[in-house]
Amino acid sequence: MRSRQLRSRDMLRGDLEGEDLERFVEERVVMTNFDKMLGWARANSMFPLTFGLACCAIEAPISIVTARYDLARFGAEALRASPRQADMIILSGRVSIKMAPVVRRLYDQMLEPKWAMAMGACSSSAGMFSNYAVVQGADKFMPVDIYVPGCPPRPEAVLYGFNKLQRKVMGSPDQGWRRRYNAEGTEEWARGGPRSEPSPEAAEAYEAARASIRA
Amino acid sequence: MASPETQTPETTSEVMTINIGPHHPATHGVLRLVVDLEGELVRDLKPVVGYVHTGIEKSCESQSYWKVIPFVERMDYVSYFFQMEAFCGAVERLVDLEIPPRARYLRTIFLELNRIHSHLVWLGTTGLDLGAISMLWYCFRERDKILDLFEMATGQRMHTRYFQVGGVIEDIPLGFEAKLREFIADMPVRIGQYEALLDRNEIFLSRTKGVGIVSRERLLELGVTGPLLRAAGEPWDLRKAFDYLAYPELDFKVPVGTVGDNYDRYRVRLAEMVESVRIIEQSLDGLPEGPYIADDRKYVLPPRSELSTSMESLIHHFKLVTEGYRVESGEVYYSIEGPRGELGCFVLADGSSKPARVHYRDPSFVNLQAFRDMSVDSYVADMIASLGMLDPILGGVDR
Amino acid sequence: MPDAPGLELIRGEIEMDHPGAVLDTSFDRGQSALVVDPEQIIALLTWLKDSPGHEYSFLSSLHAADYLPAEPRFVVHYELLNRDRAERLRVKAPLATVDPEIDSCVDLFPTANFQEREAYDFFGIVFRGHPELTRILLPDDYVGWPLRRDFPVGGEPVKFTYNERNYG
Repeated sequence: MRSRQLRSRDMLRGDLEGEDLERFVEERVVMTNFDKMLGWARANSMFPLTFGLACCAIEAPISIVTARYDLARFGAEALRASPRQADMIILSGRVSIKMAPVVRRLYDQMLEPKWAMAMGACSSSAGMFSNYAVVQGADKFMPVDIYVPGCPPRPEAVLYGFNKLQRKVMGSPDQGWRRRYNAEGTEEWARGGPRSEPSPEAAEAYEAARASIRA
Repeated sequence: MASPETQTPETTSEVMTINIGPHHPATHGVLRLVVDLEGELVRDLKPVVGYVHTGIEKSCESQSYWKVIPFVERMDYVSYFFQMEAFCGAVERLVDLEIPPRARYLRTIFLELNRIHSHLVWLGTTGLDLGAISMLWYCFRERDKILDLFEMATGQRMHTRYFQVGGVIEDIPLGFEAKLREFIADMPVRIGQYEALLDRNEIFLSRTKGVGIVSRERLLELGVTGPLLRAAGEPWDLRKAFDYLAYPELDFKVPVGTVGDNYDRYRVRLAEMVESVRIIEQSLDGLPEGPYIADDRKYVLPPRSELSTSMESLIHHFKLVTEGYRVESGEVYYSIEGPRGELGCFVLADGSSKPARVHYRDPSFVNLQAFRDMSVDSYVADMIASLGMLDPILGGVDR
Repeated sequence: MPDAPGLELIRGEIEMDHPGAVLDTSFDRGQSALVVDPEQIIALLTWLKDSPGHEYSFLSSLHAADYLPAEPRFVVHYELLNRDRAERLRVKAPLATVDPEIDSCVDLFPTANFQEREAYDFFGIVFRGHPELTRILLPDDYVGWPLRRDFPVGGEPVKFTYNERNYG
């Protein structure tokens, strides 16, 4: 305490030089870089998409926004219905083979940065339904950032998963892992914009997929 | 404001076919509607379903009978106890097993609690659709109390696997009865609060009165049952028509509407919640002592305390858990009154330990056929209100 | 539920109007069923719905079942209900294994619309005269009839282009 007072007196007198001065300033001024601030802002103001498929939908997104398990205290109160305005999709429920292209399209319509939470056993890994009608895990056709197990998971479990996702968002703003898996650049833009048509590779891949179903 | 009748053909535009869903803030689940719109009038409507089809009926054919129970309760995911009861009741009729009186009363209590739960979820989400957003928070406050009761008795909030063939899996714990009595004392006050919020709300009344009327005969032709049919004036309730569980010994009324519009459907369901509270109270008062599951060790697991002392119990336990019991060939169709209508379960047994066909006659699937009649030649907003009052649960529709 | 002698009485009455329609009766576990010739199903359902004293005017459920390895393999079940007497009656129509076809009863019972589409979707049973017999629960371009007993539970494996391209 006494040494700090002496150092302050030196600074005011203009006696601190060079490294001493730098250290003095650093100890007193909160320095951050822009990415960290951006990550903190993103994590605490997520706009989840109101997307409920099956049983898990009753627990989230309906039950976690109610008064007992309040999602609003984490900043995610504004649930948006349009994927263009949302940045997190909670896959709450089993993804059937008829619904999978619709989910993928919704995910593509969301703009970067976006995150996906696979809630429950069915969207993480098809749960108990290892049959012809359910896609065996949503990560077979879209990148998933966090998995919350349970059938259905308690709302507290979903909130814990949400907290972990927030820490992930704050910690890795560049989402490099997406780039490694070629999971970028799949957004669908409005007509007339710079990316309103899918890229040639994506268009080719869509056509090949459709042809193989028809065949 | 121009009503549907005063719009002449010259003033309307051409018919557009619009796709609503499967992801849409107002659909109860993933329902896709292909609507032909002329201005704001709905001229034709086609529901496209199947977006949450899970192949449960096929999966059931490869599970032993008691393993089917967790599968079927995930069909209509708001009224899970009803699906369990339909399946367990059907298998009990197949093997001719009688459940003890305490189990019948316990099943009745849980079924009626689930009915209140289903109607609360309906009221909350329909209020949200119509714009009465605060209903969601009030209804889900009560819903959380019911889920606390479920968790106390079974360990799980939803999809509890509580009913087994022969009775219920476990007796209710100490303190359950006290907490349940507290709940049923409180519930009529809460229902009064919901009525106070909505009953004289002018916007709610003008959106629901006189909207979505389908005649009683047409509803019967379409196979519609449940609160929709009762709101149109037909007093048909399977709890009174057929004797099952503890209902013959209980005294309750069946609310019936007069006009058959959306407002009647809302009032019928609210009145049903009040009646359910009465049923629970009577069942709790008359809850008999005794075993909570049948004694027949060929179909029912022996209690764990016996496993260390009796060799025979151990053998029964082993056989039931590994292969399961075999059911002779036969078929049974058993139906109960679910919160949306007649929930029927058809089980075909072929002599092995796995059912050969499990089919559910789901009320939402059949009631959805009435949706077209309810919304043709009315506004789009009325169509959304009718969809809320129709109360489809897409898990049941798609199975 | 008409009991066993009641069921025989019904069969006798039907024989007078539609000879040869009822192939068999069964009263099992408290539930009565009539096995009928699928070609006369509409006449029989009309008879059961309209004739005084019977009037089974509500179709609770229409579903199909696969009785493999028994022949005939597909059976369409009609669960009829008389609401005044609270009686149920089941009508079963067995169909051939190859190209199963039966007349649609949508004109008689409009509730059968979605339920016949479901039976078509799951088993491939064609209902002649149905206004729109398309798949209802499975994707429109799905190949195969999943609920047949010889169809595997896991279905056909799904091909994803990413996996095809990268993992062969």
